[in-house]
Amino acid sequence: MSAISRSREKWVLLLPAILVLSFITVLPFFQTLWTSFTDAEITAREQQVNWIGLENYIWALTDPDFLDALGRTLYFTVVSVGLEGVLGIAVALLLNQQFRGRMFLRIIIILPWAVPTIVNAVAWRLIYHPDYGALNSLLLQLGLIDSYTSWLGDPDRALNMVILADVWKNFPLVAYIALAAMQTIPGDLLKAAAIEGAGAWKRFRSITLPWIIGPMLVVLILRTIEAFRVFDIIYVMTRGGPSDGTKTASFYVYQEYFSYLRSGSGASYAVLVAGISAVLILAYYAGVRRDQRGA
Amino acid sequence: MKLIKLMAVTASTTALMASAAMADTTLNALFMSQAAYSEDNIKSMTSAFEAANPGTRVELEFVPYEALHDKIIAASGAGDDGYDVVLFDVIWPAEFAERGFLTDVSDRVAADLTSKIFDGAWTTVEYDGKRYGMPWILDTKYLYYNTEILAAAGIETPPATWQDVLAQAKVIKDKGLVEYPLVWSWSQSEAMICDFTTLTAAHGGVFFDDGKPAFETGGAKAALDYMKTSLGDGLTNPASLEYFEEDVRRVFSAGDAAFAMNWTYMNSLVNDPAESQVAGKVGVMSAPGVSGVSEASAVNGSMGLGIPANSPHADEAWAYITHLTNQATQEEFATLSLPIWKGSYSQSAVTDGQEDLVAAADKSIAVMYPRPLVASYTEVSSILQKHLHGALLDQTTSEEALGNAAKRVARIR
Repeated sequence: MSAISRSREKWVLLLPAILVLSFITVLPFFQTLWTSFTDAEITAREQQVNWIGLENYIWALTDPDFLDALGRTLYFTVVSVGLEGVLGIAVALLLNQQFRGRMFLRIIIILPWAVPTIVNAVAWRLIYHPDYGALNSLLLQLGLIDSYTSWLGDPDRALNMVILADVWKNFPLVAYIALAAMQTIPGDLLKAAAIEGAGAWKRFRSITLPWIIGPMLVVLILRTIEAFRVFDIIYVMTRGGPSDGTKTASFYVYQEYFSYLRSGSGASYAVLVAGISAVLILAYYAGVRRDQRGA
Repeated sequence: MKLIKLMAVTASTTALMASAAMADTTLNALFMSQAAYSEDNIKSMTSAFEAANPGTRVELEFVPYEALHDKIIAASGAGDDGYDVVLFDVIWPAEFAERGFLTDVSDRVAADLTSKIFDGAWTTVEYDGKRYGMPWILDTKYLYYNTEILAAAGIETPPATWQDVLAQAKVIKDKGLVEYPLVWSWSQSEAMICDFTTLTAAHGGVFFDDGKPAFETGGAKAALDYMKTSLGDGLTNPASLEYFEEDVRRVFSAGDAAFAMNWTYMNSLVNDPAESQVAGKVGVMSAPGVSGVSEASAVNGSMGLGIPANSPHADEAWAYITHLTNQATQEEFATLSLPIWKGSYSQSAVTDGQEDLVAAADKSIAVMYPRPLVASYTEVSSILQKHLHGALLDQTTSEEALGNAAKRVARIR
């Protein structure tokens, strides 16, 4: 088979996927991009949609509330993905050891990830409940707090509590990928290192981590994209409150669209969120490249 | 013989067609699952409608109040598959009418109804001289008090003013009867704006003056100061900043609060021993006023039923709305929501067993105060929610909070 026909065969095989993707992502993206330069609104009446250039973007980027939300979203992303990474690797290291009940633990650890986000959010809202939440009861019985606390009642604390709920749900995915990667490390390599006198930390730093870094970056990139556009857990747990303390960038997109009915402006917020996600992904890739060159 | 066969076939075909036509219409109706009529109430009303109208079936959908507005909007683009009947709040007709989401039903409403239904109820469905539905829930927030706690504190008469509320709460707290005598629904939501509106009305405040924000000073600022003071003095339960109406009901029902602000529906539930530990020990009154300014205070929290513009079954939808809002139906289900009909308030079916509530309603309905009737209300409210919450969390002073909110409202696109 010639190179050309092989190449054509690849395109033919890819065509269905490309077509589907075009309809569900590429087309809507360009439609959103176009809308973001207009004054379109959600209405049941006839409307004259006008091209207004960068007005929506200028509006969004000079809106202190939206800029605050971007900062908050960045904080959510960094802390949440960071914790998921650390916790995921730690749990994977544990699950990679030989011990009784390992299989059982490996199975139940995936449960949080299998729970739908909405269910997870409702469950954590109950756990944090100021009057009958399990967290208050636990901490009070342990003597760590004197009286019941309103966990979602203070803006800064509320954001951290939502992050905790998000980490609980998503770290199992990271742990599973890390575990899968760790299982491909040749046992001889680790044994040889141990015989040479390398301690546990040294073995982790010099063998395990470099070995799993590739798959970890992939899963952390995926988590970063998801975390940056976080919406559902916030919508259910706090609806952006208290005092906008948990209102993230995607919440603004939703609000601008469905509550204030400005689809043009909402589209510009959406494009900005997508754009920043893209920058984060590129930064990650750059990091991977440098890491690989360094290694 | 052939003729008989033909006739039989024709007859059976006609019968089939008729039954198909009769079972043809399914109405999709959207309601909320909090406050006012319960889901069971609405299901019973609907069954009665279906029994009386064999051709029409109604699919019911219940969502939290907080999702109602956005659901109605999102379904407006669903063509024939959207809703045929929707429940909407008193604060939305301006926006819905201007954008054409609701059908103008002015011609369908019989002229003689105007005088039989309270004006406060009509404002729920009116905009620019037209009617966009029928009022259904005539509601406001009342002040509930625990008679046992008040008696234990040596308080003989319930508060006559909002200052009295704080004074009595202080006595109750000092005597250690409950830790936090007051409970409210002050989560960052419309529920908080309803309490703020009640207090603003009590203090003689206004939201807008000549189209410009006017809530930075006067009665509105006094209202926010009042809220802050009650929190600062430890009289209001600090978890109120997370609470919705159902949380308020639960705390009050557990006997953990002496005073609570809530809608009509709470009256029958806090007096139901299966739902409440304080059944029979509850007083309900019109929210008080402020001495020298007002006698009583209330927010117009009414809701109406309308037909979305994209409904293909407007006639059947109107028949359903007419059934839900008619006087007989409303009198049958008058415990969780009081009727919109003036004539109902002298009927024993409505008054029996809830004389206090009806007396309170009589006073409150007369002073019901509207939230701003502007097309951008949703945004105005969400700006106010953010800044009021900031002040209640002690991040800003009342002055800063309302000043910043006014600036932001003036910047609405």
